[in-house]
Amino acid sequence: MSEGLPRVQRRRHFKSVMANAIIAILAGFAILPLILVFSYIARAGLPALNLDFFYKLPAPAGELGGGMANAIAGSLLMVVMSGLMAIPPGLLCGLYVAEFPNQKLALALRFVIDLLTGVPSIVIGLFAYAVLVVPMGGFNAWAGSAALAIIMLPVVSRTTEEILRLIPGQLREAGLALGLPRWKVLLRLIIRAGRSAIATGVFLAIARASGETAPLLFTSFNNQYWTKSLSEPVASLPVQIYTYAISPYEEWHRLAWAGSLVLVSVVFAINLLSRLLLKRGAK
Amino acid sequence: MRSDDVFNLTLRALALTVIGGFLALTWFLWKSAMPALHVAGVAFVWRTEWDPVLGEFGALPFLWGTLVSSLLALLMSAPVSIGAALFLTDIAPRGIRAPIAFLIEMLAAIPSVVYGIWGIFVLAPFVREYVHPLLNGHLGFLPLFDGPPFGLGMLTAAMVLAVMITPTITAVCREVFRSVPDPLREAATGLGATRWETIRLAVLKTSISGIFGAMILGLGRALGETMAVTMVIGNRPDISISLFKPAATMASVIANEYAEAQGDAHLSALAAIGLVLLLVSSIVNIGARWIIKHTESKTHV
Repeated sequence: MSEGLPRVQRRRHFKSVMANAIIAILAGFAILPLILVFSYIARAGLPALNLDFFYKLPAPAGELGGGMANAIAGSLLMVVMSGLMAIPPGLLCGLYVAEFPNQKLALALRFVIDLLTGVPSIVIGLFAYAVLVVPMGGFNAWAGSAALAIIMLPVVSRTTEEILRLIPGQLREAGLALGLPRWKVLLRLIIRAGRSAIATGVFLAIARASGETAPLLFTSFNNQYWTKSLSEPVASLPVQIYTYAISPYEEWHRLAWAGSLVLVSVVFAINLLSRLLLKRGAK
Repeated sequence: MRSDDVFNLTLRALALTVIGGFLALTWFLWKSAMPALHVAGVAFVWRTEWDPVLGEFGALPFLWGTLVSSLLALLMSAPVSIGAALFLTDIAPRGIRAPIAFLIEMLAAIPSVVYGIWGIFVLAPFVREYVHPLLNGHLGFLPLFDGPPFGLGMLTAAMVLAVMITPTITAVCREVFRSVPDPLREAATGLGATRWETIRLAVLKTSISGIFGAMILGLGRALGETMAVTMVIGNRPDISISLFKPAATMASVIANEYAEAQGDAHLSALAAIGLVLLLVSSIVNIGARWIIKHTESKTHV
């Protein structure tokens, strides 16, 4: 009896140490892919990256050189357009859901925003195709931007809602007590109080839209040249990476890696920036 | 007073527009899918033939591909995600928790197409040269591991998906474990439980339904994932139990064929697949959210 107890305890202790080690190893497995993916992109992308990449048009299949200037510009154009379409209504949707929880319509809106968050982006592409590609008679920049906007809207709305819920009620009461109308309290005081956190949400939505590929495949499609009008197909960085990655040409694979490196760097930079912003705002 | 009325009216109008937009999305998909559903009826969902040239359209191969790849991904990702979340809430030294959480969140920031190109050029060769000889060489008599050494196929797609859903499941699990009240942990430790016993009794036991919700949310993410899967799954509308054979998912067939679809029947069949995908992912997402919300309110009381 007196000998058995320590043995049981030793076994329990051993089990605990083993379990802790397994959990730590599992956590290692969770971050391993990030290291693998990022190191490979850097290794394959850096040698392929040069100035040509940023200011030259794609070269015809089989020829060496060329760049993705038009795809970078196209992505920039569509992300800006979708941001203009999605950010203001997204903010207001989040505000409505957070500040008027006793209105039935706000609850319905919240449910729809939750649903929208879960809609696969390719399905949103199908919708944009039916509404903007078919009536306009061809692939175009408007359809691509609208699809990206539908993806951004719920992201902006949900983060805005979460942030506004954290802002203390006294601020609202103080504003109302000063005789300000409610809309002024909300837009001037409450949104301002949460502005750095809200900006983080907006940046994350922009990062998300910059990398989206699926809804662009049959809305903005692709273009080997500069786009002269918004009603034409327009190249974008993610679609160009996809097209080049699945092509049989070695040279195009090289450019696809360079494109991936640029895309990942931009997305990471936006993420880091928004976090710094959040930290500074919290101080 | 009047300016507030205008403001509220604006917000209501906006809310109605967004809700109307979502209804329009469903309605347009329904309308585009109508011709295909009209021809085949509900049988569209369980027909196994998919041949755009002959005009044969059945959705079952894609439902199969989506379900199998997502469930496999969940099987691989769940232990890793739960472990990572436990590590972050209960085991890691406080100083390294935030940086590790940040790294896992960054996994979610990598665009799908980048996972795709990595899958084609790094993961697929790895599967072809190491995983296939290992599993097929030793266990090839099982139909599960019977298949050609392409590198592209169901297993590779599931592996990429597993990586992509890990941040989602980890983040939700972490919230769930965090919401376990500390006195529960202290009580277990106070009774002489080891660290693992504390985790098992105080944390895991109270979090089972939350973990389940996190897994369903990850499943929902996997169901709709398009680009990475399209690039590595091989895109063949076959139903097979083999992990090494090429397959296709609902999202991948739309991505692959929609822009070059031949004729209205083909377009309509693809839209019908999109409609099924919308339905499935909406149900899974609502379910997951309901479970998570339900457990949160329970643990906070």
